[in-house]
Amino acid sequence: MDGFAAILTQVQDFSVSLSPSESLSVFTPRREFWAGVRATLPLIVGAAPFGFIFGALAINSGLSLPAAAGFSAIVFAGSAQFIASGLVASGVSVGFIVMTTLIVNLRHALYGATLARHTAHLPQRWLLPLAFWLTDETFVVVASRYAKTDDSPYKHWYFLGSALLMYVNWQICTWIGIGVGQSIPAPGAWGLDFALVVTFIGMLVPFVRNRATLAAVLVAGATALLFNNLPNKLGLMVASLAGISAGLLVNGLWPEAKTGHSRQNPSVSPSQTDRLP
Amino acid sequence: MNETLLILGMAAVTFGARYLPMAVLRRFDLPGPILRGLSFVPPAVLMAIVAPAMFLPGGNTIDLSLENAYLWAGLLAFGVAWRWKNLLLTIVAGMSVFLFWRVMV
Repeated sequence: MDGFAAILTQVQDFSVSLSPSESLSVFTPRREFWAGVRATLPLIVGAAPFGFIFGALAINSGLSLPAAAGFSAIVFAGSAQFIASGLVASGVSVGFIVMTTLIVNLRHALYGATLARHTAHLPQRWLLPLAFWLTDETFVVVASRYAKTDDSPYKHWYFLGSALLMYVNWQICTWIGIGVGQSIPAPGAWGLDFALVVTFIGMLVPFVRNRATLAAVLVAGATALLFNNLPNKLGLMVASLAGISAGLLVNGLWPEAKTGHSRQNPSVSPSQTDRLP
Repeated sequence: MNETLLILGMAAVTFGARYLPMAVLRRFDLPGPILRGLSFVPPAVLMAIVAPAMFLPGGNTIDLSLENAYLWAGLLAFGVAWRWKNLLLTIVAGMSVFLFWRVMV
């Protein structure tokens, strides 16, 4: 599927962007670490504003200050944090928000599955923190490192460099957003609540690359409107499942033509614009 | 709302989704149908959140009026996102039009 092809394209882009001095001809943990940091720097530019917006949104959705900071420090999942703070504002149950978080973060399972064969040799003291820090951005950057044929024994240090930069950036941006958000009395009047909607629009559009995904999106949207009155935002669940079913149905009826470099498994692609952790 | 419970619950499922495949699947791939289903999750969930926010900003009735800034700025954001595939540009353009719409319309 073209989702996987998109990952491959980005992987190639990252490879090209490495200068000769970064070719890691002599592998050391320190060099791998800083190469991971450097490869992730451009993605920081995209991720930073959403940290600000999250901090401001979280405060205005009724979360306490420690909870807003705790979301970023302990959960560390940008899009799920956005959705959860929106759900907090609408007053649904904790269980529902946790379930929604699981559904939204299922794509990370695909990333983990993709990286599993490369991280199989790592001890738990590495595997646990690296898994905690696995984001869309770090996945793309690290997958490109693992895809290189050199036999560096320190590629997990590259992973660590990318992950730490994303994490530190996300914390700082969240705190700034919390600070700014507290001084904005009515976010609705400023359109901060619309920031959530428009961020999701920007995130979802790049996924629509074939008619199956288009069907999933259209059916999910229409079903969400139909079932908006269900209690506990259950309509979101119903609509998501309806959209997934529609996507699978269309995918089964009209399979996409397979190109030379696509694989059988249509992974979710971390699109260029899906830059939330 | 128990915030501690919320954060711990969200952290547990998020970490589980990231860690379990890395820990369990070492040399195996997930079966194709599951991968295919998962690939539709992000756009479907996002649209299920976006559509009511755009069309039902007041709650229960579909609002297609010119006063509904959520709808028209949202539609513009879809156009910008589709044309330029740039998240920052989409957010800045969408927010600008939204604020402008609220003031002018």
